[in-house]
Amino acid sequence: MLTPPATFRIEPPRPWKSLNIAELWRFRELLYFLIWRDIKVRYKQTVLGASWAVLQPAATTLMFTVFFGQLGGMSRHVSGSYALYVYVAMQPWTFFGNAVTSAANSLVGSSHLISKVYFPRLLVPLAAIGSGLIDFAVGFGLTLVLMVYYQVRPTPAILTVPVLLAATIVVAAGAGILLSALIVAYRDFRYVVTFLVQLWFFATPVAYPLEIIPARWQLLYSLNPMVGIVSGFRAAILGVDFPVTAVMVSFLSGLVLLLLGVGYFLRVERRFADII
Amino acid sequence: MDVPVISVQGLGKRYAIGRRSATETTFRDALGELFTAPVRRFRDLAGADNGETEFWALRDVSFDVQPGDVVGIVGRNGAGKSTLLKILSRITPPTEGYADLRGRVSSLLEVGTGFHPELSGRENIFLNGAILGMYRSEIKRKFDAIVEFAELEQFIDTPVKRYSSGMFVRLAFSVAAHLDPEILIVDEVLSVGDIHFRNRSLGRMRDLYEQGRTVLFCSHDMTSIRQLCTRAMLLERGRVEMEGSPDDVTRRYEKSSKSLGGSSGIGERLDAPGGYHLQRVELRNDAGHPTDSFDAGQTMEIHLWSSGRAPGDSYTVELKLLSSEDRVISFGAANPVRATYYRATDSHYVCRLGPLPLTEGEYALNFSIGPWNAARWDFWDRAVRFSVEKCDLFNTGYSISSVRDGDFVLPQEWWATSDS
Repeated sequence: MLTPPATFRIEPPRPWKSLNIAELWRFRELLYFLIWRDIKVRYKQTVLGASWAVLQPAATTLMFTVFFGQLGGMSRHVSGSYALYVYVAMQPWTFFGNAVTSAANSLVGSSHLISKVYFPRLLVPLAAIGSGLIDFAVGFGLTLVLMVYYQVRPTPAILTVPVLLAATIVVAAGAGILLSALIVAYRDFRYVVTFLVQLWFFATPVAYPLEIIPARWQLLYSLNPMVGIVSGFRAAILGVDFPVTAVMVSFLSGLVLLLLGVGYFLRVERRFADII
Repeated sequence: MDVPVISVQGLGKRYAIGRRSATETTFRDALGELFTAPVRRFRDLAGADNGETEFWALRDVSFDVQPGDVVGIVGRNGAGKSTLLKILSRITPPTEGYADLRGRVSSLLEVGTGFHPELSGRENIFLNGAILGMYRSEIKRKFDAIVEFAELEQFIDTPVKRYSSGMFVRLAFSVAAHLDPEILIVDEVLSVGDIHFRNRSLGRMRDLYEQGRTVLFCSHDMTSIRQLCTRAMLLERGRVEMEGSPDDVTRRYEKSSKSLGGSSGIGERLDAPGGYHLQRVELRNDAGHPTDSFDAGQTMEIHLWSSGRAPGDSYTVELKLLSSEDRVISFGAANPVRATYYRATDSHYVCRLGPLPLTEGEYALNFSIGPWNAARWDFWDRAVRFSVEKCDLFNTGYSISSVRDGDFVLPQEWWATSDS
């Protein structure tokens, strides 16, 4: 049973409370089940199933190859195939974009659970993020195939992929958790999410290389945590120079975002059942 | 004497009602609030009426529960039973006071929470078990017992969306019945399903407390309170009205709900705005008696009174019917239906509603008054709540419940035809 064993006191919420890690740990199986449900239901309801994980980034890549690469002349800034260049960056980005969007809407979508059962509410946005990992795995599999096709020789940098993926989860959790709580409190944030993710995409070097940003702005630019992650990911796969500074700055700002998101979430969490 | 397993001290829960809807708060409202809040506080101090009121769903509730007690909580709709259970289940926080719980708590406020229609019975057992707080190893161990108790061996790999409502309830209850907590909090869930299964569920509950578990049990069904409980508590308007033996408490409750015919089914508006407003509402049954409980197929007569002289002629009264989840599910209005327009001198309005096509469950009504197609003069949100106790429109001996089958039963006829 998952409620604390000894005496537990229920009392009016304090304005600030700290994260109860022990409780989150006790409920880890529920997190697993929520992720498992999302994946199962999604594949039962879609015809193409896992192939969406490939089709979505592939279609976007094609679009960008035509519009940015050819018409926009962006392919001149890239050595090797522009399509591969974009597709590799699309991997962490697609995962991130989907994770943020579904995490943001997850709480409102689970209002039924929230008003009937107790569990740490943080599990809801976290589960929404977790269920995207399958798609990421499928997409990454295709990346490996493309590496063979384009004869890209893997460098030791490829070992940083798990770290970069973990960082993507941290950033997606930060943004997703923050937005999910904001949407419960203020419904109009729903409309902000789509727009925000779109804007974030263009502020991230997916369709263009990090290097086209002037050097003196790079540090500021890397405050967008996805900058370091996406360009780091690309470097890890394609073996180009690893942008160490950008990655470090982005990791730090990603952590700050996570703290911010969790902090706000915990502040409003207790009121969820009353306002959802 | 043992240390109490549950001890509740001065528990209270306040809701803010009126002025703005709690569900659809927009960011703009919050920004606006930044500027208007100081002004409003000032007006509050000056004693001005601002239209916002507080509502205490629960106030000054204190009680202790000893280990092994099965406590029945009774009370009319809106007496605070659900709020109390929600606080003890940690779904919503109290506004004041505290409750100490000693032991593992499981709460069951609804059967089938988190069931997903696309998933099979087997998958839902695992999902629902995890949501109710079971570990995977525990669910695996109890899996066969759960399936057997639900009598669904054959259909366990069928998606739940293909289940009949009886099957659904059986499966959902079965999972819940295999929870193994030290303290179990149960809300009204035994009132669903067919008689046969209901009895087996009650038996299962009895097993639990014979093993020395503590149960907090809330129901409208006085018979099961008397059969199951060792103690009972009567809640009225958010306060503990009486505590004692199940017999005494249920008798008092039954007496009050009969003799208090005058006060049940009535909403008095305590938070009325200034000027002309709706003041009082009363629901009457077929026999003309005020009540708040109906059966499907009965007719309801709504009596509404306003206070003061209406600001104009030719206005209308409009009602909205809300489900237990406070979603608007139907609408009614004096003028489009009967082209009834009220005059400035009117102050008592009557609406006959029905036969009610509603399923077993809880409902609420809100009212607004004013000219058609113009700003309303007054709006009274959730003015009165009522319950539909039984819905057996087709005389099957099986009550249709809103838990699974929706809020309405449409008139219907079925036949086979030889046309191909």
